[in-house]
Amino acid sequence: MTIHEVLLSLDGVEATYNHAIRALSGVSLTVRTKEIVALLGANGAGKTTALKALSGLLPAERGQIAAGSIVYDGEDVTRRSPAELVRAGLVQVLEGRHCFRSLTVEDNLIVGGQVRGLDRAALRSELERIYALFPRLRDRRRIPAGLTSGGEQQMTAIGRALMARPRLLVLDEPSMGLAPMVVEGIFAALKRLNREEGLSILVAEQNSTVALRHADRASVLETGRTVLDGSAADLRDRDDIKAFYLGFGVGSSTAAATTPTAA
Amino acid sequence: MEWQFFTEVLVGGLLSGVMYSLVAIGFVLIYKTSGVLNFAQGALLLFAALTFVSLTERGLPGWAAILLTLAAMTVIGAAIERAVLRPLVNQPPITLFMATLGVSYVIEGAAQLLWGTQVHGLDLGIDDLPLEFGGVLVSSFDLFAAAVAGAMVAALTLFFRYTRIGLGFRAVADDQLAALAVGLSLDRIWTAVWTAAGVVALVAGLVWGARLGVQFSLSLVVLKALPVLVLGGFDSIAGAIVGGLIVGAVEKLAEVYIGPFVGGGIEGWIAYVAALGFLLIRPSGLFGAKLVERV
Repeated sequence: MTIHEVLLSLDGVEATYNHAIRALSGVSLTVRTKEIVALLGANGAGKTTALKALSGLLPAERGQIAAGSIVYDGEDVTRRSPAELVRAGLVQVLEGRHCFRSLTVEDNLIVGGQVRGLDRAALRSELERIYALFPRLRDRRRIPAGLTSGGEQQMTAIGRALMARPRLLVLDEPSMGLAPMVVEGIFAALKRLNREEGLSILVAEQNSTVALRHADRASVLETGRTVLDGSAADLRDRDDIKAFYLGFGVGSSTAAATTPTAA
Repeated sequence: MEWQFFTEVLVGGLLSGVMYSLVAIGFVLIYKTSGVLNFAQGALLLFAALTFVSLTERGLPGWAAILLTLAAMTVIGAAIERAVLRPLVNQPPITLFMATLGVSYVIEGAAQLLWGTQVHGLDLGIDDLPLEFGGVLVSSFDLFAAAVAGAMVAALTLFFRYTRIGLGFRAVADDQLAALAVGLSLDRIWTAVWTAAGVVALVAGLVWGARLGVQFSLSLVVLKALPVLVLGGFDSIAGAIVGGLIVGAVEKLAEVYIGPFVGGGIEGWIAYVAALGFLLIRPSGLFGAKLVERV
């Protein structure tokens, strides 16, 4: 694999909620340009907190970064607001999709593009880009997002994030609650963006099988700490690692963690 | 003509209910986007009415007084958001509510300091003549107030439907975290909303001031807005309208038809009884927090 420049790096990030509850106690990971990185770990390992930390969303949840640094595109962004990060091209698709339920699918997408201040023609062509990627959204564009299916909502949420033209797309559990075929379709679309447009992707998943199949590299979190970092191919092949950290195999202490949990 | 009398009472009630809706809309705007129950809405309304009256009494023409008051209200609305609510963002709702309670007393105090405490009459130049429609008498002032409310709702609706900031407002109202995640500036939207609430307070203040005279008890119209909000839902403009109409009608009908049996004077509290009853049946109100969701 060719060496790419580092786009995002977290170094020893610690985070708390309400200055009291420790959620992360040492998360380090890097994402290089044009790379797909999977962030794996059992339920409660700190994946969501880590992603919120790097997107500037922790303060909105009464969380704070207590130590460590987050560098994006060569700049320390540890205290940046989410709006600044979105403008700089770091956009997150939240866990549980979080569509604007009463807005139509198309309005959801339009809101996603608002940071760029597009004119009418540019907005139209951006919408077309998303509809080309997710043709189902074109048929559903006049329907309130809250009334569409889970897969369509996930596509809406991803499309909304893509409207901001990210360089690094961060996804939190995009497979949650979706049928395997839908998940495959979504990952295929992400892979296409990665290949054709060079979009870097950081994706947190409990469903490590799917994530490892599409990712270049993976980091594994356990109880708020990075415990493993390596190429996805290696992780795929090592059954002991899968059994121990990712909850495969009978008799492992984290086996229960493969059960999908609703947020 | 029993039905004629009934219609007259009903129409009178509905029209006075529109006045409640005017106040309630100010609450809804802020509650919908930031989850804050802004108790200071009544003080804002009082301040607007008092400022307008005092300016006209000092010889300013009506249009100039309106423009100046409008400017003052937008500044005050934005200032409250920036100085009080923004530093408290992500605090529990009760903290925010207490903050607005404090703000309401500060505004009242400032109004007193600035304009004195005497009662003023407010003349908008609208006569309160009874008009007859098919044998039913309707107050022309009430019709005027209803038209003002209608125009304001239409303006707000257009604003939310067809402008960028309106779309942003609806997005924030739907899902704050998602709005943050796509890079919307919540600060800007909240400032806009508080400014709008200031303008709504001006409109409501003028109409109420013309009805009751401008005095400090004017800020207590918030207490009239509460049952409206309980009935209509705290986060729905349509709910504020319908809730206002229901409360107005219930008050007047109850006063006329039930009042004589309990010695009268029930207009003041019957709305609360209705709201309380409603809470037991439908806690989120008629239009409140209807979830657009498919399970």
